[in-house]
Amino acid sequence: MNPTLTHPHEHKHEANGSEPRNFADETYEAAMKAATAVRAEVQDLSFYYGDMQALKGINLKLKDRCVTALIGASGCGKSTLLRCFNRMHDLYPGSRYEGSIVLQPDGKNLVHPKTDPLWVRLNVGMVFQKPNPFPKSIYENVASGLKIRGITQKGLLDHQVEKALKNAALWEEVKERLHKPALSLSGGQQQRLCIARALAVEPSILLLDEPTSALDPIATARIEELIRSLEGVMTVLMVTHNMQQARRISDFTAYMHMGELVEFGATEPLFTAPNEQQTADYIQGRFG
Amino acid sequence: MSDLIKKVDQAWLQPSERFIKRRAMRAAFMKAILFGCASLSVLVTLGILYVLLSESWAFFREISILEFLTDTQWTPLFEDAHFGILPLLSATLTVTGVALSFALPAGLILAIYLSEFASNSIRETVKPFLELLEGVPTVVYGYFALLFVTPLLQQLMPNLAGFNLLAPGLVIGIMILPYTTSVSEDAMRAVPNQLREGAYALGFNRMQTAVRVVVPAALSGITAAFVLGMSRAIGETMVVAIAGGQNPNLTFNPTEGAAAIPAYIVQVSMGDLPHDSMGYKTIFAAGLTLFLITLAFNIIGQLLKRRFREVY
Repeated sequence: MNPTLTHPHEHKHEANGSEPRNFADETYEAAMKAATAVRAEVQDLSFYYGDMQALKGINLKLKDRCVTALIGASGCGKSTLLRCFNRMHDLYPGSRYEGSIVLQPDGKNLVHPKTDPLWVRLNVGMVFQKPNPFPKSIYENVASGLKIRGITQKGLLDHQVEKALKNAALWEEVKERLHKPALSLSGGQQQRLCIARALAVEPSILLLDEPTSALDPIATARIEELIRSLEGVMTVLMVTHNMQQARRISDFTAYMHMGELVEFGATEPLFTAPNEQQTADYIQGRFG
Repeated sequence: MSDLIKKVDQAWLQPSERFIKRRAMRAAFMKAILFGCASLSVLVTLGILYVLLSESWAFFREISILEFLTDTQWTPLFEDAHFGILPLLSATLTVTGVALSFALPAGLILAIYLSEFASNSIRETVKPFLELLEGVPTVVYGYFALLFVTPLLQQLMPNLAGFNLLAPGLVIGIMILPYTTSVSEDAMRAVPNQLREGAYALGFNRMQTAVRVVVPAALSGITAAFVLGMSRAIGETMVVAIAGGQNPNLTFNPTEGAAAIPAYIVQVSMGDLPHDSMGYKTIFAAGLTLFLITLAFNIIGQLLKRRFREVY
């Protein structure tokens, strides 16, 4: 249950070594070292839609600058858990949280009733299942989160927009047409734009809710590559119904079933030698 | 029993030639009826246009278009007759401007409130009241403007004329408010929720989500709402006829009284006008002008709609 942390990035070191990292202020070594730190800790988290309990006492630790994948059958609560991290449930009546999600190093409980959901969302970014760019220009989309945070200096905006688009591997494709409408992009480009939009404000945690489920295989491959490049740079929590995808790009995997966390650990061991029979059954495709 | 099922199955799986033919005929018949209904509205429009054009033709054979458009006086029934549409046009545009400067912000704020802020119970209470406004006869609005709004405004502006363009303008603004509100609210509610969630996820608050994301996304619908509202304001007759005054007056000052195009048409056609007289013909020239303005605004609205869709 409790994985011993052998350097999760080790096997990716060669693959990513030659790639330019845009978050240049962090050396790769520092990132490696930081990887054992906890970014967020889920403690006995339960969530209710009205009378229906959707999450039952979840305990989970998100490691800093690692990709953690949530897998499980439809309706197991993985998206519900993800949406607790940015209090998305608060938009709809009848939602109730119990337990806590403690954001480190601040020690703030994200789901505490006194924690302002707006504050939470200013610190936790999210990318949705279907690309949802705003009906504005490409530039405006990426800059929108910055503007909402009161950044108006053009130079700073330009810099952050370029950086985010580069990190989202979209810069080369759009640098000539930053002021064209975002809706003129292809589906895969729109999704990378949404990732750039979330990255531009440098959130503590980036949530991805099945970010490739609406995309074709080529666009999916590009997004996966992009998520892999975020390892060591950003703490990512991702929901996916595609087990192969979880295996390809995550450092840690959590398997959920009927609102409960069945197993959580480093991705490779969890896939090759799961501790729980239920996990083994799901991974081998016996159900789900 | 099983034989019967077999028979039925066969008949169903291999329909006869006649069956197929009959079905196709029935479909063609339905299509013809539907097409007939659809073309009816086009035919009525064409008929109106024909009458307007042919009668105006008679008018413009005697009065040049240049005179019609540039003369600053409209006195067709006087001894010294002048046929300049400008005084009527200025009144119409002034009333429309006043109506829009009230209905545009008010309608947009109401629509944003109803679509993005109001709870379901509030929305279900407010909307029927708004729709009630739509059911009030325009004659009632006319007297409301003349006998209630004008005296009220006169307390604020002592030199406001008894007949003025401000009161009917505001009242027409109230009149088109339900329409513009409900169409723009529909447009905003049609904005997919995932767009709102995207905004909230970035840390937008409700107001920012409404103003920066939902309104731009619904802009084409909102534009359409206001262009259609504007068309109604331009053509609105009773209110300006009752409260706006009957004197053609070349002014853009809303505190003065002036006859708008529809008001003139009502005024003149209520009297005894001999067929083919000059007064009779002016009705159609004025009507054609009104028709062309509305048409122009509709075209502008369509262009705007397309432009916004391209940019955003």
